Amino acid sequence: MAIQTGNTLLQIAFLFYVSSLAGYLLFLVRQKEQIQKISFYLIAIGVGVHFAGMVFSGAAIRSLPVQNLVQNLSMAALALGVMFLYVRYKFNLKMLGLFTAMILSVTMLAALLLPDTQAPPNEALKGIWFYCHIILIFAGDATLGLACGAGILYLLQEKGIKDRNPGFFFKRLPSLDFLDTVSHACITTGFFLLTLGLVTGFVYAKVLWGKFWSWDFKELFSMGAWLVYAVLLHLRLYAGWRGRKSAIMTIVGFGIIVFTFLGVNLVLGGHHQEFTK
Amino acid sequence: MPNIILIGINHKTAPVALREKLSFSEEETLAALEILKQHPGIKEILIFSTCNRTEILYVATRSGTVDALITFLSGCKQVSPSEFVPALYILRKDEAIRHLFRVASSLDSMMVGEPQILGQIKQAYRMAVKAGTSRVLLNRMMHKSFSVAKKVRKETGIGDNAVSISYAAIELANKIFSDLSTKTVMLLGAGEMAELAVDHLISHDVKQIRVSNRTFENAVSLAERFNGQALGFEERVDALTDVDIIISSTGAAEYVITADQVRKAMKKRKYRTLFFIDIAVPRDIDPKINELSNVYVYDIDDLKTVVSSNIQQREQETVKAERFVSEAVIKFRQWLDNLAIVPTIKALNDKMTAIVDMECDKTLSSHLSHLPEPDKDALRRMTQAIASRVMHDPIMFLKHTGGHRDDSLYLNVARQLFNLDMLENQ
Repeated sequence: MAIQTGNTLLQIAFLFYVSSLAGYLLFLVRQKEQIQKISFYLIAIGVGVHFAGMVFSGAAIRSLPVQNLVQNLSMAALALGVMFLYVRYKFNLKMLGLFTAMILSVTMLAALLLPDTQAPPNEALKGIWFYCHIILIFAGDATLGLACGAGILYLLQEKGIKDRNPGFFFKRLPSLDFLDTVSHACITTGFFLLTLGLVTGFVYAKVLWGKFWSWDFKELFSMGAWLVYAVLLHLRLYAGWRGRKSAIMTIVGFGIIVFTFLGVNLVLGGHHQEFTK
Repeated sequence: MPNIILIGINHKTAPVALREKLSFSEEETLAALEILKQHPGIKEILIFSTCNRTEILYVATRSGTVDALITFLSGCKQVSPSEFVPALYILRKDEAIRHLFRVASSLDSMMVGEPQILGQIKQAYRMAVKAGTSRVLLNRMMHKSFSVAKKVRKETGIGDNAVSISYAAIELANKIFSDLSTKTVMLLGAGEMAELAVDHLISHDVKQIRVSNRTFENAVSLAERFNGQALGFEERVDALTDVDIIISSTGAAEYVITADQVRKAMKKRKYRTLFFIDIAVPRDIDPKINELSNVYVYDIDDLKTVVSSNIQQREQETVKAERFVSEAVIKFRQWLDNLAIVPTIKALNDKMTAIVDMECDKTLSSHLSHLPEPDKDALRRMTQAIASRVMHDPIMFLKHTGGHRDDSLYLNVARQLFNLDMLENQ
């Protein structure tokens, strides 16, 4: 029953995301403030519905609904949606909505199309450390995803200005400084959350398997992504890696994160694999 | 025929170093005019000097004046003639008139359409009037140049061009920096265009303005106007570390800022964004600098591309402006031609004959219509004779050339007394 309600709510959330995406695309072309507002509200409502759906799914299994690939995708989308609402509240970066709506629509479409195999309840996937680990990692990844979004917008705007040929995006995007600020704020927040997520993960591993680190592929790639952002933040402070270089790094970093999230499980295997079947 | 000659150098023919050597301050201009008006071959003269040009416009009564002026310039400015003569243009008659009109209309400016030039020309004219070196010809020519300039400004979009270019620069700055009020602007060169750009920036309230100029006094006076800080020209490179926007209009022959200097400065400023606006022709800022990361360089052509109004329209505006100038040159030329003795006497005679004929016909065909034809002819002859006698002395006076008197002055008075330039004055 709860599963059924949960699934229906997720489908409704998907519809909100898709209509929001349509709205943002229209806004991109027409630049009407009204359209942008409606699109934003559509995402916000979608996130609310999505959250409710996840509550129902979680209630059905009495745990966080991250037991299989479909649930993980859905959780990732929810995290992105929530973090977007927060970033959008802090910074008035309208075009970030387009990026978010795109990712949300694609992710939710995949989640709805893939077979939702019911995994047997895994008693390992419970406990306070596990919950903290999951929530922090997802929130961190989502925020770094938004940093990547701001980075892409930065590169679009930067290319026009650098080539002395400001085109389609020139009027539609804010200043380079602002895009860099948003991207940087997302990186620091995301990096902070990711660090906490990794630490709680180690603690959880210690509790579960008796060791912090087990040379699992997912662990390696997570550390890799973490290092990329650590280096980026360091270079920004001490070598002035801002603007274009920083934007490229956010994209590289998020690429590693996406690969860690999906690719490792699908291609390389490891002890995280079973969660995402 | 009065010989109008214009000699000068401008930003197209001479590098800034040479232009600065030959530039005249107001005091220097007045002093030079006092000396030059003693020269027997120069009847009227005006000196016009801005940071982009130094020009001498004068009316010559004998040959050899150009050489005399070159010698004068060389002596007065301590520059050997071999240094500046290659950059000198010498224009005569229509060419000189056209050049003046184009300069006044801002068609010859570094940034076409910039509005300061007209004020500077008016100032140069005021000084010539004060020194008593502007008389009939220059008075008329200068006033004509003012009216052409006004017409060009009013009826073509040339003025919008300059405004829209600095507007585009501001728009770009706003797309690079999120908050201009925290940014510092450095002006390289205290030129006409720099002022215009800064006027616009002021309305956007930047944090601070610094002015760096080869001639330090000019930097100080411009900085004062904008509540800014004056820098020596050598300090410009160090300043790259903490300014954010650089507007350059020195028009030096070589680059004023090199890629290497910017590379070093970027390291020191931890790669915070730097935006160069290079409005100088030839360029001041090495275009290679644009390849460095977080540095953006826009020269005047780039800015023109940014200005969304299409280029073709702007070209049409220039064509229109050039046409106004040509019309004005032709009209002035006509006036000049008429300012000779024979055309003036002919115009006087024609006018008197026309008046006498008209009045005779009126009376003879109404009150005196009963008179026989021979009597009417006698009356006509009598009235014509009266007119001729009346005009005899004035005409003799005009014909009496020679001596040291200024023919054009009396011719001009005569033409005005008898209103002979009716058409041209419209």
